[in-house]
Amino acid sequence: MADIRNYTLNFGPQHPAAHGVLRLVLELDGEVVQRADPHIGLLHRGTEKLAESKTYIQSLPYMDRLDYVSMMCNEHAYCLAIEKLAGIDVPERAQYIRVMFAEITRILNHLLWIGAHSIDIGAMTMFLYAFREREDLMDCYEAVSGARLHAAYFRPGGVYRDLPDSMPQYKASKIRNAKEIARLNETRKGSMLDFIEDFTNRFPACVDDYETLLTDNRIWKQRTVGIGVVTPERAKNLGMTGPMLRGSGIAWDLRKMQPYDVYDRMEFDIPVGVTGDCYDRYLVRVEEMRQSNRIIQQCVKWLKANPGPVITDNHKFAPPSREDMKSNMEELIHHFKLFTEGMHVPEGEAYAAVEHPKGEFGIYLVSDGANKPYRLKIRAPGYAHLASLDEMSRGHMIADVVAIIGTQDVVFGEIDR
Amino acid sequence: MASRMEVLKSAVERVLGDKVVSAKIALGELTIVCKSVNVTEAMTTLRDHPELAFEQCIDVCGMDYSTYQDQPQDGPRFAVVYHLLSLTHNTRLRVRVFAEDDDFPVVPSVVEIWNTANWFEREAFDLFGIIFEGHPDLRRILTDYGFVGHPFRKDFPLSGHVEMRYDAAQQRVIYQPVTIEPREITPRIIREENYGG
Repeated sequence: MADIRNYTLNFGPQHPAAHGVLRLVLELDGEVVQRADPHIGLLHRGTEKLAESKTYIQSLPYMDRLDYVSMMCNEHAYCLAIEKLAGIDVPERAQYIRVMFAEITRILNHLLWIGAHSIDIGAMTMFLYAFREREDLMDCYEAVSGARLHAAYFRPGGVYRDLPDSMPQYKASKIRNAKEIARLNETRKGSMLDFIEDFTNRFPACVDDYETLLTDNRIWKQRTVGIGVVTPERAKNLGMTGPMLRGSGIAWDLRKMQPYDVYDRMEFDIPVGVTGDCYDRYLVRVEEMRQSNRIIQQCVKWLKANPGPVITDNHKFAPPSREDMKSNMEELIHHFKLFTEGMHVPEGEAYAAVEHPKGEFGIYLVSDGANKPYRLKIRAPGYAHLASLDEMSRGHMIADVVAIIGTQDVVFGEIDR
Repeated sequence: MASRMEVLKSAVERVLGDKVVSAKIALGELTIVCKSVNVTEAMTTLRDHPELAFEQCIDVCGMDYSTYQDQPQDGPRFAVVYHLLSLTHNTRLRVRVFAEDDDFPVVPSVVEIWNTANWFEREAFDLFGIIFEGHPDLRRILTDYGFVGHPFRKDFPLSGHVEMRYDAAQQRVIYQPVTIEPREITPRIIREENYGG
């Protein structure tokens, strides 16, 4: 009789279902996973060490590159940490803009997640649908910051600039006729806020479309129901946050529990799961998209009615306007000092956390009074989630590992840092 | 807010007793310092005591205080900073534990208390060389296989010691000493009190 043994399988680092550069060493008994050992660090860039040699503002764009599908949320945590340490007041309008873009980012992230997760377990169409809506939101990113991904738009003390009065429009080209262009530009006639408002009116119907494709889909349910079940006790002990924790039935959301910026004025609900399996986490994330849409609508309404400054007038931390800089000696000095030496953050330590689309994203900042951080620690939600992959995938089939990686929504930019 | 932190501070001090070396409230955050011999006991109490109930260990972070404020340090060089979160009471706590020996920093592991600490401790070991006593699987995690040194220590240069390139003669990737010069574009400056008014 043949000798039956466990064998070890190498999965990745280059594998389409690994969401980046994850190397998994799987110990298998037939097709059943006995142990999963993720090897990470293939995308390690040493962001935290680099930040120690850069001024505070120079490190800000590095934050975009951590979780490269929810860029502005990373910046948000970084700015909040600096503001907490330096005691900077942020103008109200800037807070609303930040909340609006944090929620746009949440939708961006969840759209990518739903596309990637479903393509991993066999639903090709979702990816195309999700990217159709992502395109519009990316255009908002581009209109406000000039970059579609790495925006560097949030700054300590506010945001870089006010929202634009017009949306960029499609131009005539060889492959599109005038009628087609007129159709594409129809929603882009007004200001950026009009465009976002129009998007929020269309978006719930889009989410309904996604749900018709997946929620009652038999194959989708067979691949997700009862897979990767996490009990509430284990979820707490494993350090899970965000949708992973809420999927297990714990109604914990930093936007409600420890509100930052103007989240305390927003009306939204926290969806929670019941069983803590992949299907529940799918439902939670889909509902979060609807709730984010609600928050964006509230922000748009407020922003349309209330103009005002978007960055602090404390010129030790934020640059003065060009006009003031050219006409006022004091402002010229501020400008010069800020761009040569950077801001000095008072000595101390602060931890600021935001409800990132993936979970709790925290920045622990230690300053010794210099113009550069003494130590910057990034608490990435995906890091704790991936650490629990071993426990979640034990006893499941090898194909379920792919579903579990998908439901964890891992992005290696933040895990490897 | 401030009064809530005061309440938490007195509760922590009462429950942990002399295991707390010092407790400080700054910027609305409570930081306590514990001795490394008491860590396991203190952390278990922090998790299980109904008044505190820190069910989640959010973060474990290594620290190297050797160049703090560009002064020669007084006191231990390495520390481990834990960030705890209580979902029941909606409170956060920072616990700092100094490793007593600078040349061979050892701190007890909290993996048994919070399983999430596993990878965070591996990270602190990898980047700072802090040993976690009782950790089940203390391997490097973020750096390359066979990496030498602990890159986040302050005496480790930013550009590292070795670089990688493809060697056409040997037809494989080799390591060689770094060829780039480290450069500092903006110098690091600490201003004295009330600089410039």
